[in-house]
Amino acid sequence: MLDLVWLIPALPLAGFLLLVAFGRRLGEPGAGWVATLASAGSFLAAVVVFAGLVGEDHHHRSHVVTLFEWLPAGGFSVDLAFLADPLSITMALFVTGIGTLIHLYSIGYMHGDASFSKFFVYLNLFVFSMLMLVLGDNLLVTFLGWEGVGTCSYFLISFWFAKDENASAGKKAFVTNRVGDWGFMLAMFLAFATVGSLSYSTLAEEAPGMAPVTATAIALLLFVGACGKSAQLPLFVWLPDAMAGPTPVSALIHAATMVTSGVFLMTRVNPLLAQAYDWAPDVIAWVGVITALFAATIAVAQTDIKKVLAYSTVSQLGYMFLAVGTGAYVAAIFHMVTHAFFKALLFLGSGSVIHGMGDEQDMRRMGNLRKYMPVTAATFIVGWLAIAGVPPFAGFWSKDEILLYAFDANPVLWALGLVTALLTAFYMSRQVFMVFFGDERFREPAAVDAPVSGAVDDVEAGEQPEGEAAHATGDAEVHADADHGHAGHGHDPHESPWLMTLPLVVLAGLAIVGGGLNLPFTPDLHFLGHWLEPSLFGNEAHVDVETGTKVVLAVIAVAAGLAGIAGAAAVYLQRRIKPVEPELLANGWYYDSSITAFVGGPGRAAFQATADFDSQVVDGAVNGVGALVRGGGGGLRILQSGYLRGYALGLGVGVVVLLAYFLTRVSF
Amino acid sequence: MLAVAEVTPAWYLVLGALLFTAGAVGLLVRRNPLVMFMCVELMLNAVTLTFVTFSRMLQDVHGQTVVVFVLVVAAAEVVVGLGIIVALLRTQPTATADDLSILKG
Repeated sequence: MLDLVWLIPALPLAGFLLLVAFGRRLGEPGAGWVATLASAGSFLAAVVVFAGLVGEDHHHRSHVVTLFEWLPAGGFSVDLAFLADPLSITMALFVTGIGTLIHLYSIGYMHGDASFSKFFVYLNLFVFSMLMLVLGDNLLVTFLGWEGVGTCSYFLISFWFAKDENASAGKKAFVTNRVGDWGFMLAMFLAFATVGSLSYSTLAEEAPGMAPVTATAIALLLFVGACGKSAQLPLFVWLPDAMAGPTPVSALIHAATMVTSGVFLMTRVNPLLAQAYDWAPDVIAWVGVITALFAATIAVAQTDIKKVLAYSTVSQLGYMFLAVGTGAYVAAIFHMVTHAFFKALLFLGSGSVIHGMGDEQDMRRMGNLRKYMPVTAATFIVGWLAIAGVPPFAGFWSKDEILLYAFDANPVLWALGLVTALLTAFYMSRQVFMVFFGDERFREPAAVDAPVSGAVDDVEAGEQPEGEAAHATGDAEVHADADHGHAGHGHDPHESPWLMTLPLVVLAGLAIVGGGLNLPFTPDLHFLGHWLEPSLFGNEAHVDVETGTKVVLAVIAVAAGLAGIAGAAAVYLQRRIKPVEPELLANGWYYDSSITAFVGGPGRAAFQATADFDSQVVDGAVNGVGALVRGGGGGLRILQSGYLRGYALGLGVGVVVLLAYFLTRVSF
Repeated sequence: MLAVAEVTPAWYLVLGALLFTAGAVGLLVRRNPLVMFMCVELMLNAVTLTFVTFSRMLQDVHGQTVVVFVLVVAAAEVVVGLGIIVALLRTQPTATADDLSILKG
């Protein structure tokens, strides 16, 4: 059964090729169903391989399935091979599982879009690339997937490329990721130079004998790549802008799967991190926790429903890196999975809201939507409780585990993580209260201080907030389809079709029970920890904390979460405290604009200097050689008079001179 | 005096040298392309004569072999050269070799 592992990426690839060839003819909704089936088949294949792995002996659950020799080059050879082990299959399961749900959702969400089939082409290509990334047996196959998901991310962010912002958001994501890819490539070169192989199993075998400095360099260079892909400081800037893409894309790529690939990569190379200097994991932990806190503070002041979730994703990814840095690999993967559940749920929920509101994304113009969209509201609230860390929802268990390991490693890390948890609860509650509770602000002619012009009822025709412009074309039909019992108010919010609410319900269920993957009560309940053991080579950190302390920590974490919710309720629900949303935070600490200022100012000058060097010095040398030859030729041209006699004379004189030379050399 | 004068190889060599000089000088001073062409032929034949002479002197047949090659080359050259000259004179019956200088790059 394990030999079937190739089927997992092959099915989305087949779906992709099929849609490239016939997508247009299949049209809507055929193309969407084909893509969904490809993804679902891939999920089934992953389940089969999972069952096969479970059937194996616990410590032999690592299989390399080689398809063919990909790059034979002398002593260097890379196979196109898949590694079926607990880590990769865990990833494959949730990538394909959530991917399928989001495919299904997209059929409803993309309804009426002019490029309906193209969307699913990209979506299937993305699933394929993501599976290559997680299933690859060596760094190069992973890199293939890594670049593939980056490309798909670019395509999908700028899916509605007719709008300038969308196109440039895609470019921003691509360029920022290239900075990270630079680190990834250097790490590969270094790994090959020291070990002579790129395969994970060889790296794991060789790692204990590796010089710590080499291991540190490889691990941290890979971390640079991970920072790019997983949107960590200082390379997180692309993710908030990536929200320009269709919302299912934000859910699939920019929340659940692609952005977690950095965490996956660092977990995959845990033997290198174990061999590296002690400060290397600390770097990762600190980058993670600072990113988590930084992004959480920004999320507090965002007004765009998707931007809040985007910064929240950056923040939660920071948590995962905090876990990786403190050696809590299981907690990192655990949080990755639970986060995938509830963040995909929140994004899809926000997509449903945007859809129902007629492409409105400004939370200041929503409110009391639970009356109009009961399913969306209920599932969104589940997601909110999960991310806020309220027991027994999924987020509580995974976040608590991360905080526990952080406490064991360094109480400062724990404290920062706790503040982040509080902020997370606060901004998520703020979002829920602003969107689903309170006054119905969407009927007001203009929002409090929103620069958006035109009445709310005109949003479809008037100015539209970023992102969802092209989508509006098909919205009228959705209105007709949707079952809304308030005829006469054609532009009132309405619940989304079942295709969109079904994935919400499933994900909500997962967000409730997801914590069951790894319960802390007894060692027997550490399902995920036990399952991942063979992939971690005993590098998982062991916490030395008494049960009493653990309980106290959990209580503090829950209290922080509840405090955040209570605070948000006081500010945004009961309006007892005036909201404080400083410009500084709304603008993301001016991080983005300072980068723009830097790159636009001194950076531009430096680029200009480089360009000048190129045009003056490098081109000067090249053109100089040309000019020299031209000048020389021009000079010599004078000799060519065109008079035959002149040439003949030259010949004659030449003969005489040569003869004279040779004759004088001969001694008489 | 004439009777005692014996024709030695040196005579042939001197004749060859004279013919060559005549050809070379003619090439340099004349402007009629046809005449210049004949001068070239003259120089070629002077060299041929010298080759044959040395071949006889040194009892070496290689000199005569070269002559055959020179004849072949000369024949080929005549074809091309005369072709060019005829073409030139057809368009410009009074053309001189100097007029060809318009062809320079």
